[in-house]
Amino acid sequence: MSPAEAPSTGGAHMSTVDASRAPERREARRYLLLLLPAVLVLLALFVYPLLGIVDRSVYTPRAGYTLEFYARIWRVPVYLTVIWRTFQISALVTLLCLTLGYPLAYLLATLRPRVAQLLMIVVILPFFTSIIVRTYAWMVLLGRNGVVNQSMTWLGLIDAPLALLYNQGGVLIGMTYVLLPYMVLTIYSVMRGIEPGLIRAAHSLGASRAQAFRRVFLPLSLPGIAGGTLLVFILSLGFFITPALMGGPGDVMIAMLIEREVEFTLNWSFASALAVILLVLTLIGFVGYNRIVRLERIFEARG
Amino acid sequence: MQDVSVTIDPGSFFTLLGPSGSGKTTTLMMVAGFAYPTRGEVFVDGAPVAGLPPQKRDLGMVFQSYAVFPHLTVFDNIAFPLQIRHVRRAEIRQRVGEALELVRLRGYDGRLPRQLSGGEQQRVALARALVFRPRVLLMDEPLGALDKKLRAHMQLELKHIQRHLHVTVIYVTHDQEEALTMSDRVAVMQRGRIEQVGPPAELYEAPASRFVADFLGESNFVDGVVTGASVDGRWLVRAAGGLEFQGVGAVPLHAGQAVTAAIRPEKLVPLDAGGAAPGGSVNTCKGTVDEAIYVGDATRYRVALGGDGALTVKVPNRLGLRQHAEGEAVALAWSPEETRIFPRSDA
Repeated sequence: MSPAEAPSTGGAHMSTVDASRAPERREARRYLLLLLPAVLVLLALFVYPLLGIVDRSVYTPRAGYTLEFYARIWRVPVYLTVIWRTFQISALVTLLCLTLGYPLAYLLATLRPRVAQLLMIVVILPFFTSIIVRTYAWMVLLGRNGVVNQSMTWLGLIDAPLALLYNQGGVLIGMTYVLLPYMVLTIYSVMRGIEPGLIRAAHSLGASRAQAFRRVFLPLSLPGIAGGTLLVFILSLGFFITPALMGGPGDVMIAMLIEREVEFTLNWSFASALAVILLVLTLIGFVGYNRIVRLERIFEARG
Repeated sequence: MQDVSVTIDPGSFFTLLGPSGSGKTTTLMMVAGFAYPTRGEVFVDGAPVAGLPPQKRDLGMVFQSYAVFPHLTVFDNIAFPLQIRHVRRAEIRQRVGEALELVRLRGYDGRLPRQLSGGEQQRVALARALVFRPRVLLMDEPLGALDKKLRAHMQLELKHIQRHLHVTVIYVTHDQEEALTMSDRVAVMQRGRIEQVGPPAELYEAPASRFVADFLGESNFVDGVVTGASVDGRWLVRAAGGLEFQGVGAVPLHAGQAVTAAIRPEKLVPLDAGGAAPGGSVNTCKGTVDEAIYVGDATRYRVALGGDGALTVKVPNRLGLRQHAEGEAVALAWSPEETRIFPRSDA
């Protein structure tokens, strides 16, 4: 309640206000009760282990509390290089997903419902198979004697097989493929919410198809672009299997480093420090992105 | 859709009226360019436009859903058609200002649509459709989503704006009262055809078909058979229960034809015992008041006629006009001029 609305005199006034608020408070309590199971699960399975990781990154039974592991990340150049590369690859994958995904989502949103449904199944189908199987499938396609190289040689387009695998190109192809549906579905859901009457209105006011798209449809689909790019970028940062299988020695990403520390060197404290750095950088990225794109304002504008 | 052929006078308010599914919106969409006729042509100012896409027709349109752009301010919404037409910035500012003035939204420039009420959004849509001075303004049930009071208010305002700007309006509605209030001419549509076109008074007083008499306002329908022509060109009708009266044929009739007569409830006048029928009233009948309902400005009676069912009678509540009690015997009089006779379609 703003000060202007608050009654300046009279206790009776106040008591009626309080009485009218009581049911509201009861309703709020009911919502909290509904949230409780999810909150408990998150506390037990997410927050508690996360705190454990943070703790382990600054503590070893032998040396007690120490910042040694963070200092090492800063001191040894390869770790910063890998972190920088992780962000670079993630940004490229996000850009590729947006370039491929936006037109696809537009097609899905504007096609007749029956045709759109069929196409949608095609988009979602990959989710039903394991990511490892899909990554191996790409390796079969892109390998030195893979389907792509063989057919291009047969067509006379190339003399020697192209190196499509075990380099950054391979990583980008594989990750874009896996993450594209997330981009498409996020943008599509926003596009479906755009009232077709608005495009009609734009036409009736003299806008050509291109003008109606640029001035009405595109701005209204921005929340989808914002959400899709954010989702894909964050998923990319922690990607492991695809870069591990399709990348070369020069395409190591941070998740692979963490895995190496856990599996081979058994330096869990250092692995924890790397994980914390990844988390913090992701959060910084999120906040910065939020500053630029103003997520909450875009999402609010839809209502 | 067939046989929809009308000419609309420049600067007039024309309404397509009909129940849902009658083809009125489809007709409007053909004019707007969002639907294409399989045969036929649409002319604007004498030029054919049926082959043109909507954006080339230069027609303003107000949609039932308002279709105000949610991401643009009120100013940018109204400026939209001018920006598309590359109008200079200073002129845009001036014309948007005038349009806001016209729809009484001065000072709303910077607001976003979600900060406006339904009525205000409707005004923005109207200003946006008028600001580029279109040749014709098309409106598809624009007031359908507003509450009754606001709707009545917007009807008058729309009418004032239309007169003030001398803009030609094609208006679609299923609300007969709205059509009668606002229009210079009305086309009543049913099943993809135009039933009747004319000024509101003509449609109400001289409906061309039973459908029009029923859809526009209220009518008593009495089935009967033509027994002959009277001396002054009226037709004599005898109803099944024995009631005899005279009326005007909506189309040429012949003796022996099965017909339906339509009489408006307010044209029936109860006669006090021994009182004389008002001038011009030749038709009379006797009955009993079945039901009397006070509705404020008038009292509605259901008068049972014995063999010929019942008639609804509407009597204004005016000083000196006596209320009739339920069960009271009453005589009714009405004029043959106000009795429309249609051939019975099901006979």
